[in-house]
Amino acid sequence: MSDVLSAPLVVEFPFTRSLGPVQSAFLTGLRERTVLGVRTEDGTVLVPPVEYDPVTANEIRDLVEVAPTGTVTTWAWNPAPRRDQPLGTPFAWVLVRLDGAATALLHVLDAPGPDAVRAGMRVRIRWAATRTGAITDIACFEPYDGEPDDSEPAPHTGEFTDPVTGIVTPARLDYVHTPGRAQSAYLTALEDHRMVGERCPACRKVYVPPRGACPTCGVATAEQVEVGPRGTVTTFCIVNIKAKNLDIEVPYVYAHIALDGADLALHGRIAGIPYDQVRMGLRVEPVWAGAGQGSRHPDHYRPTGEPDADYDTYKELV
Amino acid sequence: MRDVAIVAFAQTAHRRRTDELSEVDLLMPVLHEVLGATGLKANEIGFTCSGSADYLAGRAFSFTMALDGVGAHPPISESHVEMDGAWALYEAWVKIQTGEADTALVYSYGKSSPGRVRDVLTRQLDPYYLAPLWPDSVALAALQAQALIDAGATDEGALAAVAARNRTAAAGNPHAQLAGDVPAGDYLVHPLRTGDCPPIGDGAAAVVLAAGDTARALCARPAWIRGIDHRIEAHGLGVRDLTDSPSARLAAERAGAFERPVDTAELHAPFTSQEVVLRQALRLGDDVRVNPSGGALAANPVMAAGLIRLGEAAARIHRGESDRALAHATSGPCLQQNLVAVLEGESAHA
Repeated sequence: MSDVLSAPLVVEFPFTRSLGPVQSAFLTGLRERTVLGVRTEDGTVLVPPVEYDPVTANEIRDLVEVAPTGTVTTWAWNPAPRRDQPLGTPFAWVLVRLDGAATALLHVLDAPGPDAVRAGMRVRIRWAATRTGAITDIACFEPYDGEPDDSEPAPHTGEFTDPVTGIVTPARLDYVHTPGRAQSAYLTALEDHRMVGERCPACRKVYVPPRGACPTCGVATAEQVEVGPRGTVTTFCIVNIKAKNLDIEVPYVYAHIALDGADLALHGRIAGIPYDQVRMGLRVEPVWAGAGQGSRHPDHYRPTGEPDADYDTYKELV
Repeated sequence: MRDVAIVAFAQTAHRRRTDELSEVDLLMPVLHEVLGATGLKANEIGFTCSGSADYLAGRAFSFTMALDGVGAHPPISESHVEMDGAWALYEAWVKIQTGEADTALVYSYGKSSPGRVRDVLTRQLDPYYLAPLWPDSVALAALQAQALIDAGATDEGALAAVAARNRTAAAGNPHAQLAGDVPAGDYLVHPLRTGDCPPIGDGAAAVVLAAGDTARALCARPAWIRGIDHRIEAHGLGVRDLTDSPSARLAAERAGAFERPVDTAELHAPFTSQEVVLRQALRLGDDVRVNPSGGALAANPVMAAGLIRLGEAAARIHRGESDRALAHATSGPCLQQNLVAVLEGESAHA
């Protein structure tokens, strides 16, 4: 079994974005089952619309309404839909040029199989039952046997009641994080309430937590060195704002602590002493988090009762 | 303009996963290798520039950890691009052109193994019209492949031949992840089969750039960058002609690629269909040796694969196997952004 640790890591954001006038009109239009494009200075109708002419870079606001029907310009059959894609059953990715538009929109096509899809096929929008003003208000495209509508797109004000001015797009990515050899060794030692650093073979400094490299010499570190458990406060600050979801009374002290034997200070909270009596040079020791709180790290550091360290012993670590 | 050359190149053995290695562990051996090849010490480098993407690791500012591998203290002159290392090389080249540095260390790395890279890459798409649909990188490449097939520019057999040629060439590349006889496989997204798609893996690369006589002192046969340029086209796939790459052609023209024939081309074409587009856009005839390394179809460490194309082209010049080589890197969906450099050995320029 590998001694390298790994753990699931989920990165998830509800991205909140504001919309400009053109994107606002387009996405609000989708909510109202109306597809809008924008006309460039040379008369080309772009769908989906943009705010600036891709050729001249001039601002463009000349909105027009195009048809909910169109023609597939290219496609790709997806036999295995991935999480969050618009359809859960096999589908075709398609670029669709809607009737009245000169450019194509990327979306998906609900079709029985790849043999049922070709460039040039006619399709129409299937609207989502619940629409909020997003590209996913188009649930998908579906085959449609009507002829192209060659009529000129009608001008549109782009004005709707209760326009959508922003979108929230959830995004979730799943990872398996592996911190590598050096940090795995550090985390494993913490389980036994030990702190392990690594010594640089060139400058002999001991780094904790170790990251596998000496940032001064740019060489790999491998020699493990046990440090602490006692250490010296090299500098500190007093925190007066309570962090969300953090059950620690303010004010509290957050400090840099040079563990004995280490050449780099790490950080931790100081408790067991009034906040206004913490000082540089204070000697401290770790208090480990109790069972059920994740015992893999010190919950905080408390005074050892030793005399303060002499400034000269830690001045290089401040 | 100053004469600037690639004087050293190193890359990792690219592998499907490297759980035991942190990013800096992955990177350090190649940094030491390029520095060792030139005899330069880390503190003698004028400028350092790197390329990577936080989304691969799923951690903010992940590149700052990798900096430990270059010895960033005492303070160095350093920069980073959230892109393939080929663009970091471009920034370093500009820095040397300004006269502020005579040498540069350029590196990039990517570990695709922690996440699902097809999904991860959807997050670089337009967040209003594209990203909410989660069109993955293979799907977008497949749209381009089908457009090429419909245009009569290729067919599935020709695409399979592109894959076979690259992976046969990769048999001579000890760093390749995938080499030799690789089955065409099932459709991943029709018309692309697994064999048309790059392997997913972890890897890193580094080069050293140097100007003028410094380059001559560091390398027996420097690979001079005679021209370098990068261009971009519209993000929206529906406004582009997916069967062509006007940005690659323009970058090549501005880099001087069409002034004289090249003997070698290293193309950053992760999908077989993209090689079809690039050969045509870059006017590469059958007499040009394309991807003797096996290209991105043999190893595609995301964010390093483009820099590796520049490095592989330069290494062939270092070894005397090429006199004038074209190196290409791409970024974004369906060859949206393209960088082209023209590299020459000393004798070719005489």
